[in-house]
Amino acid sequence: MSTRSLSKSRLDIPALLAWLIVALVIVGLFSPIFRPDFGVMDVPRLSLCLVILAIAAVRYELGFMRNRFGDLMLGFVTAFAAWLLIGTVSNHPGDAALGFWALTAAAWASAWLFVERLASWKNSSKSAARLINLAIPALFGITLLALWQIVVTGAGVPKVLLPAPSEIWLRLIGSVPTLWADFRQTFLKAVLAGYAIGCGSAFLTAVLVDRVPFLRRGLLPIGNLVSALPIIGVAPIMVMWFGFDWPSKAAVVIIMTFFPMLVNTVAGLSASDTMQRDLMRTYASGYWHTLVKLRLPMAMPFIFNALKINSTLALIGAIVAEFFGTPTVGMGFRISTEVGRMNVDMVWAEIAVAAVAGSLFYGLIALLERAVTFWHPSVRGR
Amino acid sequence: MTALAGAKDTEMVEKHKSASPDRVIDIEKLSLTFETNDGPVHALSDIDLKIEQGDFVSFIGPSGCGKTTLLRVIADLEKPTAGSITVNGVSPEEARLNRAYGYVFQAAALYSWRTIAGNVALPLEIMGLSRSERQQRVARNLELVNLSGFEKKYPWQLSGGMQQRASIARALAVEPDLLLMDEPFGALDEIVRDHLNEQLLQLWAKTSKTVAFVTHSIPEAVFLSTKIVVLCPRPGRIYDVIESDLPRDRTLDIRESPEFLKIAHRVREGLKAGHSYED
Repeated sequence: MSTRSLSKSRLDIPALLAWLIVALVIVGLFSPIFRPDFGVMDVPRLSLCLVILAIAAVRYELGFMRNRFGDLMLGFVTAFAAWLLIGTVSNHPGDAALGFWALTAAAWASAWLFVERLASWKNSSKSAARLINLAIPALFGITLLALWQIVVTGAGVPKVLLPAPSEIWLRLIGSVPTLWADFRQTFLKAVLAGYAIGCGSAFLTAVLVDRVPFLRRGLLPIGNLVSALPIIGVAPIMVMWFGFDWPSKAAVVIIMTFFPMLVNTVAGLSASDTMQRDLMRTYASGYWHTLVKLRLPMAMPFIFNALKINSTLALIGAIVAEFFGTPTVGMGFRISTEVGRMNVDMVWAEIAVAAVAGSLFYGLIALLERAVTFWHPSVRGR
Repeated sequence: MTALAGAKDTEMVEKHKSASPDRVIDIEKLSLTFETNDGPVHALSDIDLKIEQGDFVSFIGPSGCGKTTLLRVIADLEKPTAGSITVNGVSPEEARLNRAYGYVFQAAALYSWRTIAGNVALPLEIMGLSRSERQQRVARNLELVNLSGFEKKYPWQLSGGMQQRASIARALAVEPDLLLMDEPFGALDEIVRDHLNEQLLQLWAKTSKTVAFVTHSIPEAVFLSTKIVVLCPRPGRIYDVIESDLPRDRTLDIRESPEFLKIAHRVREGLKAGHSYED
């Protein structure tokens, strides 16, 4: 009895969402969707689609098609409704009224409901479960983009403040050569070179620091100091030292990535426990054997932590460093000049490229980490 | 039985040759004092102990009596502050550098990024043995501890008892004449422990190694040992040395016999006396 009353008192989110969708669709159908006087009945396809959406949403509560096919249908109808909403609003930019917002909210709520249903699917096969695990964040992102598109167009947000995703996309595919040149300059040259040199030299320094106790006391505080230097102050100096082209940006990246790698590797090298080190001692193992066979493998989780942190730090460092003098190419250069020219869609296009590149870089290192530290308790359970 | 008698005979002959070559461990007036912030701690005080080739010696005592420290001194993991000790006739450090012993720790201490075979091969890689020699020794020693077929598993895929057996195989792979074991079965349940004790005894009979074994279990000590060293704490010192007259090939049934119980009783009395001494 007690469990039953407990489950009854718990919020039934899907049911709430379903009835919310019905209410919102009713509001949308009976109030103007665009100013000055434009009802949803003027777009028959949209009104029909949303009525179907409302029915698909409450079908669990009404008691029919309570299966996966129904869930998928809800997804399709939601996607179609969002597409119609985006299409309709692009003809009336800035004129959206109460009815339109109600319908948008209904489409958003049904996207939520669809994901809820998707998440509750019990899957026997592992690959299907993995597919759904990928689909849920993807749907989340797509929903966000669609909402962004609808809200920005419907409310008539000025382009300078926030361009719609469609405008950013058009700008992106319209300026591929420029974006590619910027990407090559900033990412393929400055970031990758700086990252490799910064992480590599920090790793070697860490091994040296670990070997020579005197360095641990002398070098670590200096490393600490360097990491505390503001990038805004360092970047112009690096430009003076290494010139306008990418080496000065790589130098900034080296400074930014060096310390996290150094500290993590030093910590990782002392991660082995006494018993493991005693074991090596009973084998009369020398310094190098102990380093290669025990301490470096133990340090790998720490090292990969630093590599992951640095993968995003490096990109930020290179872009910001370009604000202080570059040849006329580079992601940071483009952002700073296009902002000045009010071409915000180009800025967003660069941001999109940076976001994708940064995520892929991070993801690649995370994959590598899983392959190398497969034995670590944080990885092997998955 | 005849094989056993033969083994005993050769041992007798060897003992007759001379005393020192058979002496694996020779400890005289050994003391070890740790300097701590709360003043000196006398971990070991005035230890005298001789261990002969083929002995199975157990160190037993309450925690803090220095039995693990004594084993670590033999293994050159701790340095004594006074007295003398030789292992195989040389200093413990030399013996360690000669890889004269295999050490089994309280926990398996397997490296989780290596397979079971890789873990057993670890000391062999450090010794610089050839690949084929390594493979032979790994296969042989895993078979000895009944772990054949688990070569490609990782330690975290095995039970605690299997992990400890793998760590014994790793110590044996060095092929030392001396095996130092620090409460190797302390973390295992009674059933697994009995089983491993029996296996260990068979192994010892098969290979005629010298074993120094730290434990806090009286039945385990009496069941395994030819010589039981009872230690007592503060300062850590030897209270009693019991030469066991139980036959060398034993089964678990022997634990019901009056001889066994007699020795166990003497160990218990020793532990009790050592304890009340300080209260």
